[in-house]
Amino acid sequence: MERKKTRRKTRVIPGFGLSAGVTLTMLSLIVIIPLASLVVYTAQMDFPEFIRTITRARVLASFKVSFLTALTASAVNAVMGMILAWVLVRYQFPGKRLLDGMIELPFALPTAVAGIALASLTTDQGWIGSIFAGWGIKIAYTRIGITIALIFIGIPFVVRSVQPVLEKMDSSYEEAAGVLGAGRARIFWKVIFPEVKPALFTGFGLAFARCLGEYGSVVFIAGNKPYYTEITPLIIMSELQEYDYASATAIALVMLAAAFLILLAMSLIQSGNRRILKGGR
Amino acid sequence: MRAKNKNIVKTLLIVISILFIGFMLLLPLAVVLVTAFKSGITAYLKAVSDHYTLKALLLTVEATIFAVVLNTVFGLFAAWMVTKFQFRGKRILTTLIDIPVTISPIIAGLIFVLTFGRQSVLYPYLKDLNIEVVFAIPGIILATVFVTFPFVSREIIPVLEQQGTDEEEAAALMGARGFTIFRSITLPHIKWALIYGVVLCAARAMGEFGAVSVLSGHLRGKTNTLPLHIEILFNEFQYVPAFAVSSILVLLAVVLLIIRSIVEYKGKGGV
Repeated sequence: MERKKTRRKTRVIPGFGLSAGVTLTMLSLIVIIPLASLVVYTAQMDFPEFIRTITRARVLASFKVSFLTALTASAVNAVMGMILAWVLVRYQFPGKRLLDGMIELPFALPTAVAGIALASLTTDQGWIGSIFAGWGIKIAYTRIGITIALIFIGIPFVVRSVQPVLEKMDSSYEEAAGVLGAGRARIFWKVIFPEVKPALFTGFGLAFARCLGEYGSVVFIAGNKPYYTEITPLIIMSELQEYDYASATAIALVMLAAAFLILLAMSLIQSGNRRILKGGR
Repeated sequence: MRAKNKNIVKTLLIVISILFIGFMLLLPLAVVLVTAFKSGITAYLKAVSDHYTLKALLLTVEATIFAVVLNTVFGLFAAWMVTKFQFRGKRILTTLIDIPVTISPIIAGLIFVLTFGRQSVLYPYLKDLNIEVVFAIPGIILATVFVTFPFVSREIIPVLEQQGTDEEEAAALMGARGFTIFRSITLPHIKWALIYGVVLCAARAMGEFGAVSVLSGHLRGKTNTLPLHIEILFNEFQYVPAFAVSSILVLLAVVLLIIRSIVEYKGKGGV
């Protein structure tokens, strides 16, 4: 019935032409034309030059820094996000709504503000940095600092992916497993984890993609030492400041390709996730 | 024994969560406010009412208004198109709408430099018309609109998708005109989602850093937005002013979170 209605040619609700016109015009002007200019510019590039640019030692080092810190931060967020989502869905405690509201803070707080706040917290004189400095650990201006900033940025992604799945999950399977004598760890790994796995991976992937491109919160805490704490977006930025658009574009393309691959992998996993959310298998 | 174990795990997990949120999220907010008021309220007021701060605030507000107005118009039309009609290429359309939030802000800045910068084919024409985009205010506005592009549509589309098209169809069959249907049927459903989308768009527009940083020439009092102004102050070791200006944006973020929880509450309680 539903399908039949949607296939019908005549549209009952008015406004298709107008809304399509406005939508497509604005989309073209703001998104498609600028993106097309990236394609046009890329097409003019010389391929050996492109390879030379992206394999410069400093650029390769920045790929490594960006990739490793984003991966570490997203892994931490996967674990912490799972715990947070679990606590928010399954437990009742005072201040829960406040905690739930706070999760979204990294979306709401400007990245530059987060950046300077985290940087000043973790320098040798900062509230946290001074404690760790006593043990000889430096946080600001090292890769640890970058990872901390990226953990901050990535928190909401995993929590908000896992939360709806946990809310929908039927606890009768856990109870059944418990009655049959399974231990708590076993129940978690055999009953709960398989259900939330796709959502967890989606959240991980979204956080990972976001962390790879993150700029504002990282530049202040990173110290930006070449080969050590210089992230890829910063290299693009400095190429742009030297008006070397060809190099900037070449490096940006590598990053876009990486982000695209991550999101593609996520959308493949998510099609499995959607089945669980809808209840069918 | 088992129940006791369960309670220990529960307490442990709650404590871990609260500590994590406290250290990662609350402490940064606290450090902003404490540093901002470290030298007293007069220093705070002086920093906030500084000439360059006000100029930066003005430019930020201008870019934010553009972003909110354009993206709200876009969001409403796009949501209407995507949720009320079936057409080919819908998946591609929604993917394209989401592109601005999936790419790095630096790359967002880069594509506008490539489109309007000196090496672009458009540049000679723009120059004849005396229009400067890169390192000027139009570039900042464009970048801001771009990075917040899908924010309103993204909030409305899921709500409208859940609501379906039956009510609108009934109204249309009874002869209601497009705008009447929108105002008296669709708008009440999406009211809170729309408000949240607008506020989110405004907050992100005010806070955008990377893309704007690429397109701004960092000219003080001319092409500096609030976040860029904060960067300059911080890099000049003027910590009190930097955090004082930041506190404006922190306040906005907190307001946003409050509105969000109201929206969520209204959404769950059934309108």
